[in-house]
Amino acid sequence: MRYLVSVIDDKSNPGSTDRQPAISAFNERLIAEGYWVFSGGLADTDAATVIDNRGEQAVFSDGPFVESKEYLAGVWVWEAPDLDVALKLAAEASKVCDRKIEVRPFQ
Amino acid sequence: MSDVEEAITRAHHDEWARVVAALTRRFGDLDIAEEAAAEAFTTAVERWPADGLPPNPGAWLTTTANHKAIDRIRRENKRDDKHREAQMLHDNTPLEPLGAIDDDRLRLIFTCCHPALAVEARVALTLRMVGGLTVPEIARAFLVQGTTMERRITRAKAKIKAARIPYRMPSAEDLPARVSGVLAVLFLVFNEGYLASGPDTDPVRHDLTTEAIRLTRLIRTLLPQDGEVAGLLALMLLTEARRPARVSAGGELVPLAEQDRGAWDAELIAEGHRLVRERLTAAAAGVAPGRYQILAAINAVHTSARDIRDTDWSQVLALYDQLVRLDPSPIIALNRAIAVAELDGPEVALAIVDRLAEALAGYHAYHATRADLLRRLGQSQQSRPAYDRAIELAGNTGETAYLTRRRDQLH
Repeated sequence: MRYLVSVIDDKSNPGSTDRQPAISAFNERLIAEGYWVFSGGLADTDAATVIDNRGEQAVFSDGPFVESKEYLAGVWVWEAPDLDVALKLAAEASKVCDRKIEVRPFQ
Repeated sequence: MSDVEEAITRAHHDEWARVVAALTRRFGDLDIAEEAAAEAFTTAVERWPADGLPPNPGAWLTTTANHKAIDRIRRENKRDDKHREAQMLHDNTPLEPLGAIDDDRLRLIFTCCHPALAVEARVALTLRMVGGLTVPEIARAFLVQGTTMERRITRAKAKIKAARIPYRMPSAEDLPARVSGVLAVLFLVFNEGYLASGPDTDPVRHDLTTEAIRLTRLIRTLLPQDGEVAGLLALMLLTEARRPARVSAGGELVPLAEQDRGAWDAELIAEGHRLVRERLTAAAAGVAPGRYQILAAINAVHTSARDIRDTDWSQVLALYDQLVRLDPSPIIALNRAIAVAELDGPEVALAIVDRLAEALAGYHAYHATRADLLRRLGQSQQSRPAYDRAIELAGNTGETAYLTRRRDQLH
């Protein structure tokens, strides 16, 4: 079962910025244990562009699709046998990243 | 009720959870299990009166439900078998000895009380899948529309499938936390029955307290070594034992001090006391008791006193002190203050209660306790607004009636 694991940061109360070494070590463990499928940290939401091409022509707008205090700071994709396994890893990930984590299954 | 009707009711009580649990394990799908179990019981209602009781009702129900489930899967497989297969619940873990009894019903309970589900979904799902209550019954119990409750249960089942919440025993390491999650759900059901909320509800919902006790008994059978399970069961029994004396003929809640102790249920008290003694023996052997065990012990002290004046308040206070160390919540501190009032007088207790003002400003029992202490100190002027606030916040009809009478008796 694949899960999208989102790292959520808070603009008014951001997590600490020195987490990278711990995250790298955690990633290595995820790879070694066979859970890791993909991971990546994201640039600031200011760098996002939304494209809407449902009409006559494509409309580009600067910024994320939704402005909010909380935003997506990074993602993982994990392969885990069930939600209990994913939640246990996510609890560790939250400590490692010093941020909230959302776990959402793929269809 | 005829013998057959009685047998069906008994079978429903005894076998529902077992049938649903066994089918969930076999077919990996809560929906199929629930529907097939319901159909099997409907068939029993139709057939048993004419055919007579099967020699083993449980086995008959499981077999019938199995057939119903297979029929449904065959029907649906014609439509979209790939899809269905992909959505089956799986148990990937090899069977390992866990120290606890691995019963399908326990798996079912742990799945229904999974921490990834919202609390109200856990309650609803547990009452439906484990308790066998119908959706309209659960909706009535929690004062919501039937369609709302149906949606809540459907959504919870969909999440279990989509997120693959496992159908298995938690690991030994997670077991205490998961058991405590299950007990929290059962305690919530019990409390909703014990102090029912809502302006049009009876003050005590006997159906809910009974159901909570029945399910806690089931867990006790499945996890006989767990001290907190025993503690919660004892707590519920000792609370339920006082039910006959708890509401006056006029529908008013009767406080502990004024209850007719002769009306208490001696049998439930004896059973509760046995459980508390069992846990005291364990505590003497060095097993630290959890909060339900301590709460049960406090209730055991109360139910041991033949008259309110015989209550061993220093024992009650010692237990609250122990509880505060375990759970330093303001609600526990408030209840502890009530014992302090009996030992050291209402003035000392009031000083403690006043320190909780900020944390408990929205809690009716805080204002009710203050009102009572002020009344005992002869400070009617201050007592009255405290009663007003408590009445405003109390959701229970019997409690509102009691508090109103007390307020109106102030000089």
